[in-house]
Amino acid sequence: MHKIWIIIQREYTSRVKNKRFLIVTFLVPLLMVGLIVGSAYFSFKGTEERKIAVVDPNGFFKDKLKSTKQLKFEFPKDVDTSNYKEKGYSDILLMPLFEAGTKADYILRSKKSMGFTLQEKISGKINAAIEDQMLEKAGIQQNVLDSIHSSAQVAELKAYEDEGKKSKESNAALAMGIGYGSGLLIYITMFIYGTMVMRGVMEEKTNRIAEVIVSSVKPFELMLGKIIGIGAVGLTQFLMWIILVITLTGVGLNLLPVEIQDQVQQLQQSNGQMGALGMAQASESAKNVYAIQHTLATTNWTLIIGCFLFYFLGGFLFYAALFAAIGSVVNEDPQDAQSLMFPITMPIIFSYIITNVVIQNPNTPMAFWASIIPFSSPMVMMARISYGVPTTVPYWELALSMVTLIGGFLFTTWLSAKIYRTGILMYGKKVTWKEMIKWAFAKS
Amino acid sequence: MEPLLSLSHLVKHYATQKAVDDISFDIQKGSIFGLLGPNGAGKTTLLRMITGIFYPDGGEIKLEGKHFDPLLDIREIGYMPEERGLYKKMKIGEQALYLAQLRGLSKAEAMERIKYWFEKFEMQSWWNKKVEDLSKGMSQKLQFVITVLHEPKLIILDEPFSGLDPLNANLIKDEIYALAKKGATIIFSTHRMEQVEEICDHIVLVNLGKKILDGTVSDIKQQYKEYIFAVETSHPELIKNNALFDIIEKEEKNPNKVLIKLSHAVASNDVLKYLIEQQIPITSYNEVLPSLNDIFIQLVEDTHAKARAFQNI
Repeated sequence: MHKIWIIIQREYTSRVKNKRFLIVTFLVPLLMVGLIVGSAYFSFKGTEERKIAVVDPNGFFKDKLKSTKQLKFEFPKDVDTSNYKEKGYSDILLMPLFEAGTKADYILRSKKSMGFTLQEKISGKINAAIEDQMLEKAGIQQNVLDSIHSSAQVAELKAYEDEGKKSKESNAALAMGIGYGSGLLIYITMFIYGTMVMRGVMEEKTNRIAEVIVSSVKPFELMLGKIIGIGAVGLTQFLMWIILVITLTGVGLNLLPVEIQDQVQQLQQSNGQMGALGMAQASESAKNVYAIQHTLATTNWTLIIGCFLFYFLGGFLFYAALFAAIGSVVNEDPQDAQSLMFPITMPIIFSYIITNVVIQNPNTPMAFWASIIPFSSPMVMMARISYGVPTTVPYWELALSMVTLIGGFLFTTWLSAKIYRTGILMYGKKVTWKEMIKWAFAKS
Repeated sequence: MEPLLSLSHLVKHYATQKAVDDISFDIQKGSIFGLLGPNGAGKTTLLRMITGIFYPDGGEIKLEGKHFDPLLDIREIGYMPEERGLYKKMKIGEQALYLAQLRGLSKAEAMERIKYWFEKFEMQSWWNKKVEDLSKGMSQKLQFVITVLHEPKLIILDEPFSGLDPLNANLIKDEIYALAKKGATIIFSTHRMEQVEEICDHIVLVNLGKKILDGTVSDIKQQYKEYIFAVETSHPELIKNNALFDIIEKEEKNPNKVLIKLSHAVASNDVLKYLIEQQIPITSYNEVLPSLNDIFIQLVEDTHAKARAFQNI
């Protein structure tokens, strides 16, 4: 036991002292923030503008098809499919002769192909225009219609979930964000730290260190020491990230202009319910900041962070043992590692895909099974937990998932140790899967 | 005297090969023992059983007369693999400390001994360097220090001189003698026969998983001698083939030296007497013993085992 502790210490300190570890630890959060801000910025600013010439033979859509910043509809004369490009239009929309009750096709021709979302928007606008037209025909005035449209946007869906007697405001968007984020984080780190274990084992094997060490330490101790040491590195990294994020948010809030900070505080004191006057006074940005703070405060962070650390560690231990076994059978050729890794990376990638589906529907049977089976549970369960415990995930499911994961990594460690023991001292020969399975289930 | 290490009827079978097939020998305490054999003869497997990495399929290993228990006895063994065996990216001082601690030394103890050896080999300035910055010879020196750091009773060296210049090779050679003198037993595994002749007291030659030679260097040379004598004379042309001996060759570098092979059951003094009677002016007359290299090649070639064939067992 004392020796395993020496090994853990070496694996841990040699990595944490490394410059690359510090760079990654500090750069990744900055990169993440940059990525989020950047993609938000570009989705607002970076959209293309399309100037669309509408050929509307019976003048049906004029004034009904509303232009937006992105989509400018114009109704010029003398424009057709042969000359719309010369006249400065990016697209041309050909309307059919409209007859009520019949389904008709609209034809869009473009200089450059149009993205799916924009196409959806155009078809939505056409349908809305037709709807307006029909309502008008049924006797509703244009100005009434407009006021209905604008007041309908005031309402907002507030979802509550009933948990015993209490009912709690639920925020699906935030849950999705947290679930997706933590699933992705586990996915990435599983790869990074899993391959780190594999490369470490390969180094010890190809440099013949294993031969020297295994004569004084049991192979199992060497393997476990490496896995635990690297797992501790991963935990350290996460803890530093959490601290970093909390500090950055604190700093960020303090950097807000003073009047917004004051308004946010007032909103907090009045629990979001300011008088009509106060509400009007509070600027749009203060309301946004308050909304974010409010929803963040309603989330059970202790549970989420606790579960995250558990599932990261469990998932890591589960896969790291397998990666160690792979590392032990690879000879000097890194290409062998690639092909041997494939059966292990497949379930990780597959679990990530399942996570993306489960995040939309956290209550399906697939979501349940994928969050129990240890191959996928670290990612899938995290996606479901963010929707709430015990509402979406009952306690017994969480417990079952944790127990199977613990059982799972004990099993993979046991299995891998047997492959590792033989593989680490085997040189020159390319090992097949059949042989590995034979070693794994050989007795003694 | 009781041998330090005693192997009896050791067997280790792999799926396709009898890697070690019933090998027994003893190694005396304080001796320098040469384990020889062509590539794939089973040397590594044998060493791995002695270092406790592999369990033998049959037979027994005894260390100082007691059954060898890898877990307990490993502290008494130092093993130096043929090359590498070190972390490339780890600092040399930390590395030595780490490996010494894994061998069971306390941190303070390890530190003290590392300092002693680093001073002895003038390696103090290497402490914060990484292994990848060292030349092959330098890392070989470091490897040697790490092997002997915990003062093992049995030191196993696999090709310890490869990559060392004559100066550093002598440095290590002297240390090997010094360790043996202090009572350590050394197993020396190599293909370089001239080193074996120079260093080893006792050798064992294995081939195809079996022991084919066992004895002291001088005994073995006597055993395999071919009754060849070198005669040096100012008139080599006077020496002719006769019933007593055949001329094997005249050396080109030294035309005055003639190699003769005595006929069966002829005493060397009779030949000398004959040469004197022939009035041949002899300046030297001595027996030429075969080198270990010759014996090795002769024994191994006889088995047609340049490449070991796989067999089904």
